[in-house]
Amino acid sequence: MSEPEVFGRIREEIGKNDVLLFMKGTPVFPQCGFSAATVECLSELGVKFGSVNILVDPEIRQGIKEFSQWPTIPQLYVKGEFVGGCDIVREMFETGELEQLFKEKGVSLAKAA
Amino acid sequence: MPMSANEIVDLIKQGIPGADVEMQDLAGDGDHWAATVISAAFAGKSKIQQHQMVYGALGGRMGGVLHALKLTTMAQKP
Repeated sequence: MSEPEVFGRIREEIGKNDVLLFMKGTPVFPQCGFSAATVECLSELGVKFGSVNILVDPEIRQGIKEFSQWPTIPQLYVKGEFVGGCDIVREMFETGELEQLFKEKGVSLAKAA
Repeated sequence: MPMSANEIVDLIKQGIPGADVEMQDLAGDGDHWAATVISAAFAGKSKIQQHQMVYGALGGRMGGVLHALKLTTMAQKP
């Protein structure tokens, strides 16, 4: 069986953005507490990130769950690699692992002083 | 119908035998849960794999009838 067509679109989005968040709503106007919390972690570190609002794209909304084998939104990708959902991202943010990961992957951080 | 804490705990324990599961009702509405799952089966696995094991135990309910479950996993008690 060939893979769903939407996987191609998902790969394209991930390829275009070093840091990409699949979320409900937009970074300025998140429409779910879990998405908002994840945006907050990224903003706190001063990471530039792209986002896909899955609420306006039902095909990606379903497809991303299968693509990542992960049942929930948000989902964070860094340089093509799935990092995790809200709980993992927040935990990594709190322990400093997230900042470490961005540094290792060569993603620039503009941490607010 | 939202899932009860007992249903969630039972499913996780069926999927990950011997797991220690602690539930917390985040919003007091019986619908937004936090679960802490401790199991030796998590040892040596990445966080993503650990959470995928729990989602696997929940058998597709996560993101469906169970829409809010904050998950913390660890291989042993801190």
